[in-house]
Amino acid sequence: MEIRPASDRSLLVSFGDRISLESHSDVLRLLRAFEELPRGILNLHPAYASVLIDFDPRRATHGEIERLVRARWEEAQAMPMAEPRRLEIPVRYGGECGPDLEDVARYTGFSAAEIVRRHTSAEYVVYFLGFSPGFPYLGGLPPELAIPRLPAPRKEVPAGSVAIGGSQTGIYPMSTPGGWRLIGRTTVRLFDAAANPPALLRTGDRIRFVPLP
Amino acid sequence: MNAIHVIEPGLESTVQDLGRFGYAQLGVSASGAADALALRAGNLLVGNAENAAALEMTLTGATLVFEGDAVIAVTGSDFGADLPLWSAVEMKTGSVARFGATRSGARCYVAVRGGLAVGKVLGSASMHVASGLGGRPLAKGAILPIGNEAIRRARSVRAAQPPAEGPLRVTRGPQADWFGDELYGAPYTVTASWNRMGVRLHGPPVPSPAGHMLTEGVGLGAVQIPPNGQPIILFVEHQTTGGYPKPASVISADLWRVGQLVPRREVRFELVSLEAARELLRRQEEWLYSLV
Repeated sequence: MEIRPASDRSLLVSFGDRISLESHSDVLRLLRAFEELPRGILNLHPAYASVLIDFDPRRATHGEIERLVRARWEEAQAMPMAEPRRLEIPVRYGGECGPDLEDVARYTGFSAAEIVRRHTSAEYVVYFLGFSPGFPYLGGLPPELAIPRLPAPRKEVPAGSVAIGGSQTGIYPMSTPGGWRLIGRTTVRLFDAAANPPALLRTGDRIRFVPLP
Repeated sequence: MNAIHVIEPGLESTVQDLGRFGYAQLGVSASGAADALALRAGNLLVGNAENAAALEMTLTGATLVFEGDAVIAVTGSDFGADLPLWSAVEMKTGSVARFGATRSGARCYVAVRGGLAVGKVLGSASMHVASGLGGRPLAKGAILPIGNEAIRRARSVRAAQPPAEGPLRVTRGPQADWFGDELYGAPYTVTASWNRMGVRLHGPPVPSPAGHMLTEGVGLGAVQIPPNGQPIILFVEHQTTGGYPKPASVISADLWRVGQLVPRREVRFELVSLEAARELLRRQEEWLYSLV
C-alpha cells in the first residue's frame, strides 16, 4: 500500500498499477475498513487499484488521515470479507435496443447470435462505479469481442444501454453522451436517487447478462 | 409560505448548497456551489448556517419577485442589480431584483434568510446539472419557497470580496513526477468549453508523458492533461474517476476563484507547498468568520 497526497485535501492510496483481482480485493478491503466514514472524510473514490480519499482540510491534515488509513487497514486484515453478490441483468440484444450489434458482428467476424452467446456466457466483476452516477467498470469481457469505440461519440445514449468500448463492456445508467458500441438494452434501473442505496451495483459484485427473447 | 418567484431564469440558475458528500463511490460527485466562499459568506451575512441552500446564477442573472418580506445577501460577482453587494438587504413583498450580465466574474449568489426550502436528494439541495440529480436549472416561472432555518441575526456589516488577482495556486498532483515545469510558464486562456464539470484551458501544450496510467479517483480542482496537452481543471460536477495524468491540483483557498473564471480570461499557475496551502486556507477561514 502506497499513500501520497493528491491535492491539499486528498490522499491517493494505491495498490500497484495493474488491473488484477488481487489489487481489486485490496480496494474492497479498504472500502470495508471505511464503511462508516469518520468525521472529516468526505468521499472515497475506488478504482481498479486505488482509492482516492477526500477530506475536509479544515478538520484534518494529510498526516492524520494517513495514520487513520494505516490503522484501519491493519484492523481490516482480520475482517471477514463477504462472498461477492451475484446478480443477473436481463438484456434485449440487437434491433432498436442494440443498434451497433451488426457492426460488432462485422468487425469481429462472428454472427450476431454468437456475439450474444459469448457476451452472456461470461461472468463480469464490478471493479468500481465511476465516471457518472451508477456507471459500473466491468472486467471479464471475452477478448475476442473487443472493438474500437465509435469515431465520434453519440450525443445521447439511451439509459440502460449495454455497450462495448475497446476491451471493456458496460451499462449506461442514465442517458448521457457516449462513444461505446451499443449491443443491447436493459430495463433494470442502475441508479435511482430515491432508492436506498441509490445504485443497484456496488464494487465487488459479479454480474451476468441474460438474453431476453 | 414566503417565496421567490423566478420571472426570468437567466442563463443557468441553480439551487446550491455546499454539496452532496459520501456518494463518490457510487459515481456521484459532490456538486455544490461553484464559488463556495461566496455562498458561505452570503449565508453568514443573513444569519443562516453556512450550508443553507441559495441561488447560484451564471454569467447572466435572473429576475426575481419577492412574495413576502425577505432578507437577502447578494455575493460573488456583480451582475448589475441595483442592490448592495456582500451585505444583508431587506426586500419588501412585491419588490423585484433584476440581475443582468456580469460585470466581473462568472457567478453571483442570492442567499436568503431562512434558506431556500427545496427538497434534498441524497442529503443535499444542490442541483447536479450534468446528471439531473437534485433537479435541472430553474425555468421561467419557478417558485422557490423560503424556509425558516436562520440560526442567528442577520449582520449589517458590509464584506469585501477577497481579491481574485494573481496566479491560481496549486499543489503537486499524483503524477507530478511525470511532468516538468511546463504548466508554470506561459499563461493559459479559459476556453468556451467551460462549465460546472470542468474548465478547459488553451495555451502552450504540456507535453503528455508516456507513463502507464490506470483509471483512478479524481477530485475537485485536479488539473489533468489529456493527450492534446491542453489542461483541464476538474470542477464541482467532475467525474469521480478518470484516466488522464494530473500534474497539479488547485488549492482549497483558490477553488472559489475557479468558480469565477469566465471564458477568455488568462490563468497562470503557481506551485506552492501543502503547508503554504494550509496557511492560505486558515487565513481565508479567519476572514470568513469575521463576518459572523
